[in-house]
Amino acid sequence: MDRSQMQGLLRDMLRARAFEEAAAQGYAEGKIAGFLHLYPGEEAVAVGVLHAAEPGDYVVSTYREHVHALVRGIPARQIMAELYGKKTGISGGMGGSMHLFDRERRFLGGYAIVGETFPIALGAGYAVAYRRLPEAVICFFGDGAVNQGTFHESLNMAALWKLPILFVCENNHYQIGTEIHRHSAIVDVYKRACAYGIPAEQVDGMEVLAVHAAAQRALERVRSGDGPQFLELTTYRFRGHSMADPGSYRPEAEVKAYEAADPIAAALHEFQLRYPGAADLAAAGNDCLQRFTDHCCQEGHLDETALARLQAEVQAEIEDARRFAEESPEPSMEEARAILARNHRLETVVEAQA
Amino acid sequence: MSEILYWQALNQALDAELAADDAVFTLGEDVGLYGGTYRVSEGLMAKYGEWRVRDTPISENSFTGLGVGAAMLGLRPVVEIMTINFALFAMDSLVNMAAKIPFMSGGQFPMPLTIRMPGGVARQLGAQHSQRLESMFMNVPGLRIAVPSTPQDAYWQLRQAIRSDDPVIVLEHELLYFSKGEVDTHASAPPLHQALIRRPGRDLTCISYSRMVPLALEAAQALHAEGVEMEVIDLRSLSPIDWATCVESVLRTHRCLIVEEDCRFAGVGAELAAELQERCFYQLDAPIQRVAGLDLPTPFNAKLEAASIPRQEDILKAARALLNLPQGES
Ligand SMILES: Cc1ncc(C[n+]2csc(CCOP(=O)(O)OP(=O)(O)O)c2C)c(N)n1
Ligand SMILES: [Mg+2]
Repeated sequence: MDRSQMQGLLRDMLRARAFEEAAAQGYAEGKIAGFLHLYPGEEAVAVGVLHAAEPGDYVVSTYREHVHALVRGIPARQIMAELYGKKTGISGGMGGSMHLFDRERRFLGGYAIVGETFPIALGAGYAVAYRRLPEAVICFFGDGAVNQGTFHESLNMAALWKLPILFVCENNHYQIGTEIHRHSAIVDVYKRACAYGIPAEQVDGMEVLAVHAAAQRALERVRSGDGPQFLELTTYRFRGHSMADPGSYRPEAEVKAYEAADPIAAALHEFQLRYPGAADLAAAGNDCLQRFTDHCCQEGHLDETALARLQAEVQAEIEDARRFAEESPEPSMEEARAILARNHRLETVVEAQA
Repeated sequence: MSEILYWQALNQALDAELAADDAVFTLGEDVGLYGGTYRVSEGLMAKYGEWRVRDTPISENSFTGLGVGAAMLGLRPVVEIMTINFALFAMDSLVNMAAKIPFMSGGQFPMPLTIRMPGGVARQLGAQHSQRLESMFMNVPGLRIAVPSTPQDAYWQLRQAIRSDDPVIVLEHELLYFSKGEVDTHASAPPLHQALIRRPGRDLTCISYSRMVPLALEAAQALHAEGVEMEVIDLRSLSPIDWATCVESVLRTHRCLIVEEDCRFAGVGAELAAELQERCFYQLDAPIQRVAGLDLPTPFNAKLEAASIPRQEDILKAARALLNLPQGES
């Protein structure tokens, strides 16, 4: 990997972190509402995988998809404007944080019902194979999603018909408040793919270079017609499940739940946030962004001034996106109705009277 | 008697039934350690253990089906589906299994299954997380649906649902969990499916349910200031519907306005209007009117979202129009 590729990875990881922090800020200020699921801690996953993707590939993601969209090339302005519900958002203000779509960049959407990304990817893979094109479909999902029936149904069909799909499990070990050992009989998620004969690998999702290399290998095989591939990337989210979730359930919460039955402890009910924060993880040496920045510096790809410049550019881009979102106009109800009726444009349909 | 929140009322009801009958157990995503997304099962896992308060994987179809199978063996499962939007994955268990087994088996298998879930438009959760869908379940014979609008009803209707031998959906509302009200845990509760007149009135009947009830009551208060007395009926149940209470009221007021949060097309109001005109046609002074959600996936944008479901001014306008009154300033 050459220096500019390395810097490209780092730049996107920094953009990802900065974008999400700006979104959190917008939420705290009451400018963004609804569920807001953020990505800090998991950047190496989206960045490593999507830097191995070609423009001709398709991407299917979940409700935690801002960073996938950003790295895929959707301008920060349009993503932020969507979070603000503005007309200039990538989904016209109709979708919101969990539903970013971009036809042009082959971003097939963020899906908020867990387990939906599998059949969407399956259909996209079918269409690609149908046309015998050398393209791949990249399907993102969490560790919690693999217990939905659609996971098993889709993996079977993908393997059966050798569909060009790269399944990417973002294993952050939590399904909201339920830790993986309490939701899955098999906690090495990649092993499940073996049941369908799909080649699968478990990779450290905190190491962007390892993720990138694994994704590149897998995507080459997918594009060459070998059928589906599976990557399990182990990672961790620094924040709660969403902005509405203080995330106070990790080990101390177990104590809290049991103590809640104790009338004395019940009085001491409200615990402060005990969730390991970004600082704790960085101190423990497991922040993917910090790790990669250190690596780039040590290898001589980056010096302090270059890093500072990069960070300044990233901040300026995100600040511009925020301002753009704030200043953009809102969509109208007429626009909403027109969107709903858009597919009628080539036919005569009896319109419902409102 | 004490003032508590809606979620606390549900929590107390669940606690009471778990304590009263060891055949009762609950399961769902994050109901245990986390205490439930809306805190409804808070503290219960510590009290009753994991066999009775079970955290599940994200497998709605199969854990709802688990409830069906366990009910066939005489347990009384209370399945929490985190929101009604995810119940679409459980439709087979609910519609093909729970609703059919008691009948298809010739009555051999009761189905003491309770499904708890919230529905409704909350605040900017997007089109996939803002659905109401109650009319879909109404169209399934064999399912019963309770729609509590107050903490008191949440408490008693959940207890009654758990004690019922039929599958009962207790449909909660995301924006009601933090509403406050008095709960009398010693009162004798009205039957599970009985409608209640929340506010009497002579000029028109407003029929509503769930979160639209407080909205209708506010509108009734505003109309009172204009000299209009709107009766407000809280259905409390969507299947079966307490027609007697609705018909008696409409025969008195001769005018009927239905307020529903769900989409207008083929919705709850359509069923109400059809049945009530069959029963009350010659006593009506005006066509039955509906104030309902727009037939549109819920837009994310806050203003459009708010405009996509009934607001107080929509109810006021419809009520005045029904009575041929001028619209005034608002
Ligand atoms: C079918 C369905 N059930 C439940 C939910 C509520 N829910 C949203 S995210 C989530 C946890 C998903 O965990 P995981 O797949 O590991 O993804 P992560 O959020 O950790 O990225 C749950 C239970 C949902 N959105 N859809
Ligand atoms: Mg997870």
